[in-house]
Amino acid sequence: MSKASSSTTKKISSFVLLVIFLTLALSLAALVLAINAFSLNNIAAYYLLLIGFLGVALSAYVLFQTRRRIKHLSIKTPSITTTVECEKCGFKSIREFKRGDYIFREVEPCQKCNENMVITAIYREVQEKKKKTRF
Amino acid sequence: MNKMAAMTALQNQILQEPFGEYSWILNLLFYGVFIVFMFYGQRIQMMVMLREVEGSLYKLKYIKEEGRKIAIETMKEIGKPQTDPTTRVDRFLEYFTISPQTLDPSGVVWKLEHILDVRDTRFKDEIKLMAPAADKTQANNLENTLEAAMALNYIYKIVRHFYLLGKKTLSLYVIMQLQMILPLVMREAEAYASALKAFAYGQPIGDGVGALVAAKLTRGYQTRKIAKDCIVATVPMEGRTAYVVKAEGPGGNVGKPGDAIKAIVEENEGNIATIIMIDAALKLEGEEAGEVAEGVGAAIGGPGVDQFKIEESVLKYHIPINAVIIKEDIGDAVSPMRKEIFDAAHKVTERIKQVILEKTKEGDKIIIVGVGNTIGIGQ
Repeated sequence: MSKASSSTTKKISSFVLLVIFLTLALSLAALVLAINAFSLNNIAAYYLLLIGFLGVALSAYVLFQTRRRIKHLSIKTPSITTTVECEKCGFKSIREFKRGDYIFREVEPCQKCNENMVITAIYREVQEKKKKTRF
Repeated sequence: MNKMAAMTALQNQILQEPFGEYSWILNLLFYGVFIVFMFYGQRIQMMVMLREVEGSLYKLKYIKEEGRKIAIETMKEIGKPQTDPTTRVDRFLEYFTISPQTLDPSGVVWKLEHILDVRDTRFKDEIKLMAPAADKTQANNLENTLEAAMALNYIYKIVRHFYLLGKKTLSLYVIMQLQMILPLVMREAEAYASALKAFAYGQPIGDGVGALVAAKLTRGYQTRKIAKDCIVATVPMEGRTAYVVKAEGPGGNVGKPGDAIKAIVEENEGNIATIIMIDAALKLEGEEAGEVAEGVGAAIGGPGVDQFKIEESVLKYHIPINAVIIKEDIGDAVSPMRKEIFDAAHKVTERIKQVILEKTKEGDKIIIVGVGNTIGIGQ
């Protein structure tokens, strides 16, 4: 049950990708030129260094943002647990939810006493990260 | 101006050292950026906002399409229709309800009730046509699935409308308002998205915790139909007679608790010591999901018809009305029931017993109503 759906809206535009990678390539070229310019003691090295760093940072940021949006584009299906109990002997079993399950439905006979078992609980467990707050 | 001159001087001093004779380029760049922001600052801000809204709109479009896909797939799987239900589902998603005129508010509740009844009948007829093989429980679940898909479709269309309107008119205020409420809208859309699968599979949802409490109380006792989609069981509790009411499960259904309470009160000629209503309520940020609180009044949401009827009934015979609520957020309310909320049902049962002991005496008759969608909860 724990899976995420996908869709065509997940695709990144190839034009955007081209622009990102072109900017990245030019910025890297600017950094290489900056290193050369430093060895020649050329003042342009500072400009190239600035352009190179800005370009790398900008393209990395845009790429990260696009990837983050893709990661968010999914509907998560949480794992649902069904608890089945024997009302006579108290035997309890926990399994994954199946379509047609509902609370207080009589299901398969008990493995121990052969009495019909009953679904007593259906729920999902959430592991929440607790943020520390003063309030 | 003095401030700006000082800034320019400081900038010159800093930049002159490493850049020497080329520092004018940076000066020019600085002035350029300053002028651009002075004239186009608002437009840039607007573009940033529009981009943000656009990102959310993409997400909404995806969620909406997924909702439609799930609805169609479920319809095909359960309903076994002879023709493709896609066109019918698409038509259903555009369905609307016009609320009654309130210029003269007298009698508006009955008008609203009538319109809601017509809507419900129309929905059920449509489901029958789309899914002829579905039984009553499945038909109720399919109706809920389609309603969630409808809500997603509506949210998407409204956000798209304001996005395009803002873009067309270039009005900062239209875009700003949309961008400001967007986090809340997205939260609601995500909640409906998780509700879709819960409805399609028939899983109990957080909103059904009231019905769950009632189901636990009625377990093992004979039930009878008391109002449309509502059942009641007569349960002995702490020496009192409790009429426990809930919607008829396990299909997705809220029933008509207002009519059920009215019928029981009339059956007993108003001889009811107290009414206890149990419902899920929206929690405030900072509160824990599954927290139980107690109060007075008719604990019931929805369009207000049932709350009105309950208040009318209790007023006629001056019956005290108590409420026990289980706190959860909107996401928890419409998505599969969380363990914390499920566990809260036990705490609520204890609280009800406490209220009965404190507020009534032996031999009294009381009404306990488990309010909420009973999807995935039998009796």
